[in-house]
Amino acid sequence: MHYEGMIAETLSIAGDKGEPISAYVARPLGPGPFPGIVLIHHAPGWDEWYRETTRKFAHHGYAAISHNLYHRAGEGSSDDVAAKVRASGGVPDAQVVGDTEGAVAWLRAQPYHNGKVGAIGTCSGGRHTFLFACKTKSIDAAADLWGGRVVMSKEELTEKQPVAAIEFTKDLSCPLLGLFGNDDKNPPPAQVDLHEAELKKHGKHYEFHRYDGAGHGFFYYDRPMYRQEQAVDGWKKVFAFFATHLKK
Amino acid sequence: MCTSIVEIAQIEGSGKAERGWIALTTSVVSYDHPHHAEYEEAISIDFMNVDLDPGARVAVEISLESAKAFSEALRRAIKAAEALNKAA
Repeated sequence: MHYEGMIAETLSIAGDKGEPISAYVARPLGPGPFPGIVLIHHAPGWDEWYRETTRKFAHHGYAAISHNLYHRAGEGSSDDVAAKVRASGGVPDAQVVGDTEGAVAWLRAQPYHNGKVGAIGTCSGGRHTFLFACKTKSIDAAADLWGGRVVMSKEELTEKQPVAAIEFTKDLSCPLLGLFGNDDKNPPPAQVDLHEAELKKHGKHYEFHRYDGAGHGFFYYDRPMYRQEQAVDGWKKVFAFFATHLKK
Repeated sequence: MCTSIVEIAQIEGSGKAERGWIALTTSVVSYDHPHHAEYEEAISIDFMNVDLDPGARVAVEISLESAKAFSEALRRAIKAAEALNKAA
C-alpha cells in the first residue's frame, strides 16, 4: 500500500513591510521536492473553504500556503473579521501584494520546495491573484477564478484600490488561467471579454474557460451557487494548468 | 463578494451580540453573497462597534424583497415617531 500523509498547521510569516501575519500551510509528508501554491483568499474571509482547499493542494502533491490578508483586523470568526474589514473599506491592494510576497518568500525558503510557485484566488482573491502576477515577477503561474472588479470604472476606484487591475495587463509576468461563470454578475461576461481582449493585445499566455449554467463562486459546495458538473471540470482545469507550469 | 454595494452609516445605540449588549458605532449595509442565508445574493446588515474586536457585531442576511419590506416598516416607524415628537 502506498503510504499517504500530510501536515497542516497555522504559523506566522512576514507579510507586507515585514509585519507578522498568520498563515495556514499544508504539504505532503516526505522530503519533496514539492511545487508551491499560494492561495489568496476571497472577500468572505480566511475561512474553512480556504483551509480545505489548502489541504486539497497538499493532497495533489503541492506545498500550499493560505495567508491571512485580514490578520490586522483582529481575531475572530472569519465572517466577523470579514465584516470588520468590509466596514473599513477593504484591504489596500499594495498591502495584499506585500503580504503575498511574504507567502511566496516563505514557500521558497522551505527545503522541500521545488523552486516553482503558483498562485490561485477566487472572487476578490482572483482579482488579487491577477494583480500580483502583474505587479511582481515572483510566480510561475496564476489562476484567477471569477475575480470581479478587474475592470473598474473611475468612480469605483478608491484610495485602497487606486488603479483597475486590467490596466496592469501589459506587465503580466506568467501564464494565466481564468475560470468564469457565464451567469456571473461580477464579473459579467462583457468584462471578461474586455480582460481577454487586453491579454490578446499584449500577447500574453493565458487560457480562459467560461461555463454555461454557472454564475459566481460555482466551486463553493456549501452555497447555493455550487454547480457540480462545472466545478468538477474546473478543478480538472486548475490541476492540469498547475501541473504543466509547476511540476515540469 | 465582488460587488461594490456597501453603504456605511455612523450610528448610536446598542445591539445584542453573541456576548450580550454592546454599544454601537457603525452600521454597514451591503448586497453580496451571504455567509449563511440560502441565497446567491442578499442584503447584509451589520450593526457593529468598530472600536472593539470583530465579534462586536449583530449581523443579519435577508432577501432583497425582505429588505424592501423592512425598509418600508422602518420608514413608517420613523415617520410616526417624528410625528409623535412634533406633537409633544
